[in-house]
Amino acid sequence: MAAGSAWEERGLAAALFSRRSVAVAAVFFLLLTALVALAPWLAPFDPAAMSVRERLSPPGDGFILGADVFGRDVLSRLLHAGRVSLTIGAGVALLSSVSGILIGLLAGFFRRLDAPLSRLIDAMMAFPDILLAISLVAVLGGSLANVIIALSIVYAPRIARVVRASTLVARELPYVEAARALGSSTGYVLLRHVLANILSPIIVQATFIFAYAMLAESGLSFLGVGIDPATPTWGAMINEGRLVIDQAPFLVLFPGLAISLTVLSLQLVGDGLRDALDPRIANQM
Amino acid sequence: MARYLSRRIAGMAAVVLAVLTIAFFLVRLAPGDPAALMLGPDASPGEAAELRARLGLDRPIAAQYAAFVGNALRGDLGQSIFFNQPVAQVLASRAEPTALLALFSLVVALLVAVPTGIYAACRRGSWFDQAAVSTAMLAASVPSFWTGLMAQRWLATEYGWFPASGYGGPDSVLLERIGYLILPSLILGVVNSALILRFTRASMLDVLGEDYIRTARAKGMREARVVLRHGLRNAGIPIITVIGLTFALLVSGAVVTERVFNIPGMGNLVVSAVLRRDYPVIQGALIVVAVLYVGINLLTDLLYLLVDKRVRY
Repeated sequence: MAAGSAWEERGLAAALFSRRSVAVAAVFFLLLTALVALAPWLAPFDPAAMSVRERLSPPGDGFILGADVFGRDVLSRLLHAGRVSLTIGAGVALLSSVSGILIGLLAGFFRRLDAPLSRLIDAMMAFPDILLAISLVAVLGGSLANVIIALSIVYAPRIARVVRASTLVARELPYVEAARALGSSTGYVLLRHVLANILSPIIVQATFIFAYAMLAESGLSFLGVGIDPATPTWGAMINEGRLVIDQAPFLVLFPGLAISLTVLSLQLVGDGLRDALDPRIANQM
Repeated sequence: MARYLSRRIAGMAAVVLAVLTIAFFLVRLAPGDPAALMLGPDASPGEAAELRARLGLDRPIAAQYAAFVGNALRGDLGQSIFFNQPVAQVLASRAEPTALLALFSLVVALLVAVPTGIYAACRRGSWFDQAAVSTAMLAASVPSFWTGLMAQRWLATEYGWFPASGYGGPDSVLLERIGYLILPSLILGVVNSALILRFTRASMLDVLGEDYIRTARAKGMREARVVLRHGLRNAGIPIITVIGLTFALLVSGAVVTERVFNIPGMGNLVVSAVLRRDYPVIQGALIVVAVLYVGINLLTDLLYLLVDKRVRY
């Protein structure tokens, strides 16, 4: 219920960036997205080019962030891996939102579907996310698309729960009742009135899922059960680096920093969005 | 009260049934024949047919489902392909390190988060409050396996303060095995304290604005007593809820932490089972953990009744 929230008066961007940490995080995230999108042009080396003589070179002149076990440039690999990691995060945020919205609207609007769908959502949320994700990837196979699908199955129930709760409230609002009384079709009422009314909490939740999905993906790749190991991801880089962590801790340090900073910036933006879009929740936290 | 309890338990039964249903159909999402997948590319068609018959995969799906649910409710989670042992037995043999790791981590998380959250709420807006909230957000952004690897590299290998990895030999005593869990529990506990800290701080802030707190202060009660006796007692409910939520996080964290520290627990078992395509073990682990989660959440709901006399159902 956007009426009266801070962003209608000042504009969303102004409300969002009124906190300096949120503004810094948003700029950082946009810069990072641009950097990894331009990885093929920005990366100083081919991320797959091996050079045995330079294996485990420390950060410095030749390789800015050092070279890995096969003498591959860490900076180039970080940039290319970032493309994969961010694609997964964005893909999961989008796919889980779309499917979660669908399930949540059905459960919230049609009383008869509510009980079975709600039990299903509860049961899905009873599985710890990594455990469910590795089981799904084990069954589906470890392609980029399958990892996105698996993590979307894991996180869609969170969106569905938020949407269901908001739909239950929106369903009883006078103008929704009025629209139905005027003979609007159920689908139109759901999309035009109910969904439009509950978009804010979905956007906030999707931002957090972006962050969680990137963390979960790094966990999957670290465990060696994610995307096939030939594709560089930040988690896979840590997994490769841990074997030589005693000689070259930087191989674990840099990809870990990349994950942490990205996830932190997304969480800060999510927090900022929550405060800007829905001041009532902001006051509680 | 009795009506509330029976309704709550019926709801829990429905969720458990849904959990079993999801675990049953999960394996059947696999493209192609699960038996052939489990055996790998070298298996002959005869072996695949034999495994299908052993797992009951040649029967109609409804019969398979009924048998699966019936067996699971009796505690029979099927047979591990790799170990050739009942799944329940395989899981039980790996339960100790995981259970202790989750328990110790929860204790660490509570010890870190609850006092910090209370103090941050009492000094709202101070540098301590801001530092606590920022640190909590940072902790929730860092992959726990990365923190674990760094701690292992420096604190265990370099300085030798903790054992670096493993869980003692087969004839080690419990106390010795616990030694191996200290560093993993500290890492997992601190990383997962963020959620508890935020909840503690938020619910203390709510309570500290109440009239009875002002009354207690007005009658000259010492601040520490006001906060702990009147504040914490009433802020306790959300903190209890969040313990149930943290359990799921701790189990997820345990899966990767066990991998980092090479602890032979259920997390390591599941990862190995995924690599070996030992589907019954994966199904069994999912069911056990989900049912535990549902049970813990029922318990935390019941704890409400004990902690807060105002809650009536």
